[in-house]
Amino acid sequence: MSGTTEKITRKLMLYFPECETEKPIVYHLVKDYDLIINIFRARVTPEEEGYLVLDVTGTEENIEKGTAFIKSLDIKIDTTRKGVTWDKERCAQCGSCVPHCPTNALAIPDRNTMEVVFNTEECIECLSCIKVCPFGAMKSLF
Amino acid sequence: MKTIEQINEKISSGKAVVLTAEEIIDYVDKKGLEQAAKEVDVVTTATFGPMCSSGCFLNFGHSKPKMRITESWLDDVSAYAGIAAVDLFLGATQLRANDPANTDYPGDFRFGGGHVMEKLVAGEEVQLFALSYGTDEYPRKELRTTFTIDDLNQAMMVNPRNCYQNYNVAINASDKTIYTYLGQLKPNMKNCGYSSAGQLSPLLNDPFYRTIGVGTRIWLAGAQGHVYSEGTQHSPTCERGLLGVPSEGAGTLALTGDMKKMDPEFIRGVSLKGYGVSLSVGVGIPIPILDEKMLLQTTIRDRDIMAQVIDYSTDYPERNGKVLGNVSYEELKSGTINLNGQKVEAGGLSSYGKARKIAAILQEEIRSGKFLVTQPIAPLPVEQGMKPMKEARS
Ligand code: SF4
Ligand code: SF4
Repeated sequence: MSGTTEKITRKLMLYFPECETEKPIVYHLVKDYDLIINIFRARVTPEEEGYLVLDVTGTEENIEKGTAFIKSLDIKIDTTRKGVTWDKERCAQCGSCVPHCPTNALAIPDRNTMEVVFNTEECIECLSCIKVCPFGAMKSLF
Repeated sequence: MKTIEQINEKISSGKAVVLTAEEIIDYVDKKGLEQAAKEVDVVTTATFGPMCSSGCFLNFGHSKPKMRITESWLDDVSAYAGIAAVDLFLGATQLRANDPANTDYPGDFRFGGGHVMEKLVAGEEVQLFALSYGTDEYPRKELRTTFTIDDLNQAMMVNPRNCYQNYNVAINASDKTIYTYLGQLKPNMKNCGYSSAGQLSPLLNDPFYRTIGVGTRIWLAGAQGHVYSEGTQHSPTCERGLLGVPSEGAGTLALTGDMKKMDPEFIRGVSLKGYGVSLSVGVGIPIPILDEKMLLQTTIRDRDIMAQVIDYSTDYPERNGKVLGNVSYEELKSGTINLNGQKVEAGGLSSYGKARKIAAILQEEIRSGKFLVTQPIAPLPVEQGMKPMKEARS
């Protein structure tokens, strides 16, 4: 099997300006590019801008084509996917978020120093940490 | 074996041997108690966590024309004005005016007295709004202005109940999520919350208050402050374990320090969903090693410090004294405790990372001769319990 048919997963954060919120993007990604979509969060603000955080799974070629299609619609793509952010300075290293994080994105790797780290790759944007952080160190971009 | 004066001479000449309460454990293991007690002069202890019983006295100086303030708000957080014309007291758990609190349960509690204190220490601008009835010599009736901590004559932090010697571990045995000052607790005992720096914690390293007493110089969020009294609810007559270390809430300290000299990293407003606002405070306390016995106390480890697990859904609010079990800080810090056969995730509210940082800062300040240790001017009580409220019978 050549590398081109191997399926990979990419995390994307899409930002739709006002005029683009009506388009059936996910439909086209599935139908035209054979991509598997896993949506973590979606929101249209009162200003009618839209945000969508998702995983796309498919061949590298199809993901490239799919993202090119999204970009052609004037939709911005952020592959660093920062829907949830951790403010390292504000974090007091208390660890009260850790039992509430279902994926270990927030974790204490070394129990001697008890330092808390945030691994953005593991985060599924469930927002639990935002509710429990007493110091406002966890934030949602939207 | 050593006196405070001898230790201070060594500190002043830059020759003092200072270890943190974490480092001392292995050091004594390696050197033996006798040898280590000869070498080590001071052990530094520290803690950082929410300490609700905190506030500050602020003196504003006089406006023109003068005003005798009767009601006041700092960034819309009510401050107590019943002290003197331009002295205010701000409490850490006071909520901002118009906060919905828990009317929309569980409430967010975004801003309160603790957040105003954080802003002040960080040098940020805060708004004062004040009202008065007016008198002959204080004619002004209303005032609105902004200020920073530099504009004040005094900004004195006072913490009537800090550094709790040990504390409960909160758990929730009910079938609904509950929101407490020890964090959000999932139903059916899925997680628990605790708050102590364990082996680094000041009063766990001096369980009988031999070196920590009234007048002890402390490191309070970067300033040199002191213990001014026993803390409220100080209750040393309690269950004790190895080396006499309490296994439940016991002694407390009343602290004070100059807010103008504090470091904003260690004074932080806290918002606890469904519960309220508070302040996290960083405290460091040096323990002069007077003799082997004192050194032995500082070798206490997380695995030997026990805490009581209490159900915050019924037993705690009902005050029925029931304890579900006992766990060590080693277990709590591992992230999972075993409570009567059930695995429970544990999360802290106090920051061990910041406590370590404070213990190291204080160690450096003592090593470099900037921070001297003190002889208490009066001891803390070692025998007294805590009474519940006297309620009238209906
Ligand atoms: S949003 Fe959820 S998954 Fe992401 S860090 Fe917070 S608790 Fe963990
Ligand atoms: S709850 Fe907030 S402050 Fe505490 S460790 Fe997690 S992110 Fe940091």
